[in-house]
Parts: sequence; C-alpha cells; structure tokens
Amino acid sequence: MGEAPAIELDGLVRRYGERTALDRVSVSVPAGATLVVFGPNGAGKSTLLRVLATLLRPQGGSAHVLGKALPGEAWKVRGHVGLLGHDPLLHRDLTARENLRFHARLHGVAFARIDELLEQVGLALRGDEPVRELSRGMVQRVAACRAVLHEPEVLLLDEPTANLDPAAADALEPLVGRASGRTRVVTSHDPARGLAEADVVLGLRGGRAELSGDGVSESAVRELYR
Amino acid sequence: MYGTRLRALSIATLVTLTGGFALAAFYAPEDADQGFMQKILYLHVPLAIAALCGFIFAGICAIQHLRTNEFRWDLRSYVAIHVSLIFGAAVLITGSIWARASWGHWWVWDEPTLVSFLIVFLLYATYQPLRFSIEDRDKQSRYASVFAITAGAFVPLNFLAVRLAQSYTHPRVFATANGGLEPHMKVAFYVCLLGMALLYVTLWKYEMAAKNTRMQLKALRRRLGGDIVAPPRRSAQPTMESA
Amino acid sequence: MRRAVSAVLRRDLRIETRTPQVVPGMALFSISAFVVFHFALQARSVSGNLAAGVLWVTLLLAAVLGIARQFVADREEGGFEGFLLAPVDRTALLVAKVASLFLFLVALELVAVPAFLIMLLGPSPVEFWRLLLALLLADAGIAFVGTLVGALAVQSRARDLLVPLLVLPLLVPLLIGAVKISAPVFGAPVAAARWPWVLALYDLVFGLVAYAVFDFLLED
Repeated sequence: MGEAPAIELDGLVRRYGERTALDRVSVSVPAGATLVVFGPNGAGKSTLLRVLATLLRPQGGSAHVLGKALPGEAWKVRGHVGLLGHDPLLHRDLTARENLRFHARLHGVAFARIDELLEQVGLALRGDEPVRELSRGMVQRVAACRAVLHEPEVLLLDEPTANLDPAAADALEPLVGRASGRTRVVTSHDPARGLAEADVVLGLRGGRAELSGDGVSESAVRELYR
Repeated sequence: MYGTRLRALSIATLVTLTGGFALAAFYAPEDADQGFMQKILYLHVPLAIAALCGFIFAGICAIQHLRTNEFRWDLRSYVAIHVSLIFGAAVLITGSIWARASWGHWWVWDEPTLVSFLIVFLLYATYQPLRFSIEDRDKQSRYASVFAITAGAFVPLNFLAVRLAQSYTHPRVFATANGGLEPHMKVAFYVCLLGMALLYVTLWKYEMAAKNTRMQLKALRRRLGGDIVAPPRRSAQPTMESA
Repeated sequence: MRRAVSAVLRRDLRIETRTPQVVPGMALFSISAFVVFHFALQARSVSGNLAAGVLWVTLLLAAVLGIARQFVADREEGGFEGFLLAPVDRTALLVAKVASLFLFLVALELVAVPAFLIMLLGPSPVEFWRLLLALLLADAGIAFVGTLVGALAVQSRARDLLVPLLVLPLLVPLLIGAVKISAPVFGAPVAAARWPWVLALYDLVFGLVAYAVFDFLLED
C-alpha cells in the first residue's frame, strides 16, 4: 500500500446554521481514483465538495487533501484543486479569454495554456466573445477550462454535465473525465453511470454517510433516493 | 454563571445611585447661570461615559470573538451594545431636556458630547438590523463582530472630530467636570459616575444571565422533546449551536 | 500578492469600462443633486461654508451609490469564489477593491467638481490646492470605509438599505474634516491647520481596521 490517499476524511462535520449539513462523514480516496457521491438533494454533496475545495472550513472531525490538513493548511491545498459546479464562475460581460486570463493571473499560469485549453474544447474561435453570448454548453466548457487551468491534482465536479446535451458533455471528457488521470470527486444522480466510473462510492442522506466503499450495488444506491 | 453576586451588585448599584443623586441634588451647589436644571448633567454625563465605555468593551469582546471563535464573546458583545444603546437613548433624552432648560430649544448643536452621541447612536442602531439581515448564524456573528470593532474604533475619532469642530461657540459647559469644578460638585459627580458604571454592569449581567438561562432551557427542551420543538425563526440574537 | 491585486483590479476596471454603470451613475447623480440643491436652497449661487457643504454632501451621497455596487457583481458572477479558490493572499482583494473605489471616486470628481464650479459656485475659487488636498484625503478614507461596509453589506438581504445607514455616520468625521479644509477655496475663512492631520488620522485608523478585519469577512 504505497502512496498516501489523495483525500482522507474522518468524521467530517459541517453545520449550516442550525442544520447539520455533514454529519461525521468518513471516506478515503487513493490518488488517481474517482469517488462518486450519490444522494438526494440537500444530502450534503455540494457542501462536501465545497469543504474539499477549501471554500468552507470543517467544523469537526478531520479532513486531509493531498496530505495537507484542512483548515489549517488550506492555503497549501488551494492551488492543487479545481472546482467545477453549477456556477461557472465567469463574468458574463467579459470574454472567455479575459475570464481565463483573470484566473491565470491569480494562479500564476502562462497565457499560452489558455489557448491550448480553448483549442481542446473547440472554442478557440469564440474565445473573444462575451460569455453572455455563449450557449450553456459552451459556457460550461469554458468553465471546465477554468477548473483545469492550473493543472490541479484533484478535481471536484458537482454535476458538471447537468443540463448539457451529450455532445457538450462529451467535450468535457478529456479535461475532467477519467481520461484526465487525476483524482476526482464527482456527484451524480445516475446510479448506473455513476457506478460505472466509480472506484470508491459515497452515499449521503441528510448529511450522513449511508453507503461507502467499493463494491456497492445499484439497488443500494437507489435506496438512498427513496 | 452570570447570576452570582447579582443581588449584591444590584444593592450596591441602588445605594450608589441614590447616594449620588442625593449628593447632586442637595450637596452640590447650584450653577450660577443655569440653576437647578444644570443638575441633570449629573445624570447625562455619567450615562454618556458609561455608554461609551460599553461600546468600546463591545469592540474588545468582538475582537476576542474573532480570535477565539467562541460564541460567548459574541453574546457579550451583543449584550454590551444593547445596554449601551439603552443608555445612549437616555443620554439623548436627558441632553435634550437640559438643552431645553438651558437654551429654550429641545436640541442644540453646541454641546459636542450630545452631537457626537447622536452620530454614535445612529451608527449602533444599525447593529441589530445588520444581524437580522444575515441569515447564516456563523456569518451573522462574524460580521457583527467586524461591525462592533469598526464602530468601536470610530467612537473616539468621532468625538475628536466633533469636539474640534465645535470649538467656536460655548466653552464646554460640563468640561468643567474634570477641571475647575468645586470639590462638592466633584464628589457628587464621581459618585454618580460610579453609580452609572455599576448600573451598566448590573444590567449587562442581568441580560447575560437571562439569555443564558433561556438558551439552556431551549436546549433542554429540545433534548427532551426530540424534534417537536418549533424550528427556530430568523433572529438577530446570537444563539448557541445545538450540541 | 501584487499579481493578485493587479488581476482583480484589472478585471474590475475592465468590467466597468466594458459596461459602465458605477461611474456614470455617480456622476449623473451628482449633477442632479446640484439641480436639486439650487431649487431647495432657492439660491442662484452659494459661497463659503455653504458651498463646501453642498459639494461634500453631494460627493458623499454619490459615493454611497458606488459603495453599494462594489461587491454585488462579485457575489452574483462568481468573482468571490474564483478568487477564494486561488492560492493568493486574501488581503489582495481588499487592496484591489480599495484601489478601484478610489479610482471611481476620482473619476466622479473629475465630473462633479467642475460641474459644481460652473453651476453653483458664486465667487471664483482661490487656493485650489486646498480642495485637491481635501479630495485626496477624503477619497482615501471613503475608499477604506466604503470597501469595509460594502463587504459587510453584500452578504445581507437588506443590502441597499444597510449601506447608507452604516456609511453616513461613519463618514461624519471625514465630512467635517473635508469641509473645514476646503471651505477657504469658496471664500470662507481658513480653518485650523490641524484638520488635514485629523483626516489623515481617520484614514490611518480605518485603513488599519479594514486590513485587520477583512479576512474575517471572506472566510467561511
């Protein structure tokens, strides 16, 4: 058992006001593996990802990403995780390139990489149009570029292909899919597809981990949603 | 914890205040110009000093809250501002009465303490609306502390600026309180000041004790009654997180 | 740190130049305010202390508009989170926002001050440098206080009510100083020499407070 796990959560707790959004969640994700998180809405999936992204601090238990403890060493983690969720985190009045340049400056990434990525997702020609003029699928592609701009070791994907047509969803694959080779945490509502790409599974309901590990059956996942 | 020594404190407050007022009314001589009404300043100025110290204390509690992230500092800050606001309202009212008695108007711009107080009062009056309008409890407490620190830093600056700005008219009527006052006036003044300080501490402790008790009661109810307790409404008050 | 400040500042300036909202809004407001003052005071022109008062009240109220808008775009268009995810010193956001608010205020004054001189001022301005000094010191103070209050208010549901209620009392000492320093430009007698120092003290205190507490407004 060589390497330390990329992500290690032990009894993680996070509250939101009076509610407990994450109730002593534990899971371990080896480097390069894909963790798929299932659960109905409000189960805490997005909260979990935001904690891993260092946007929220853990309020109990322990959390380690790439060997660094949260929240104490959160600043060491920041440059190594990439978040892609519902919100593309792009300003609508700026062009795709201008948005990506903003993030590139923040992360200290050379601008050449922006052109590379836009090329990869097929938007090189539309990079100088304001984001508000792009379709939802295109916006999400630009957002994916933003998420991997700084070549993070860990990818956090919160239903990245929701509301996308299959072609657009496929366009994201090379960047954030299994092929990228990175450690990934993906939320999913599709038991069959989710299980197909999972190395480790986590099933949340009401903030609690009701399923975890590998070798989880599809019917067990469906139970979560009942 | 806050209920201990409350009775002794209350008695001490009552005694000191009554003594102070008696001294002010009968022992201290009347002011040559303003007559008996000048004596309301024995009420007005100690109230003001106590309120201001309260605001600064709230700022210090807020600093502690941000440093330690412990809920009790937030509660202390909240209660301190609350009591200071009540005192502040009293300052404005007594100041207005005095202005009416001395100059015939219900408000004057010549007394820097009064004017500064109005500004400070207007600022702190936004504390509760600010808290109420932020729903997430942790954020609410944190932002409230930031406000209390900013406002606390503001108070001395405000008094400095207003004092400097008003230097053209009246010599400060009650600046004489700490210099050039007759010894009888001084005694009365200091006793009143002590009384007001005690009153502040007593009220603060009372409110802290009341809030703590209510929260413990709620927590007990919740533990006994399971989830039958009504979901908490949005509120401006700091509350403990359920264990 | 400098890289981060420059990234945020460039973005904010680019957004404002691409779809100008804040500066034109503030500038138009100030001119409308002068019109309102003309009718409200029933005066063809103002001078001395009154003139200083009219100018500074207008500038302050226009600034409130700018302050309210500062963080709104960030909150709604994911600017906050993009920044928070980056491995940068979070104080950079404060510096960038203070700088952009300062620049917006300067832009406002480039319109509002000449407008005031043309529309309402009676006597010709003298010793103009006093006004420039007041503007410089005041803009810094408004930038610090405004950024702090803007960040405080952006998380609340009553944002547009809270900003003016918080900012106006806080800016009173600054207003006093600014009027005292600049009134001689409009014909009033010269005030004590201490006022620029008072204003500088105000800027220093609030600059330090903003620096000390800003991180707490960003963390979650």
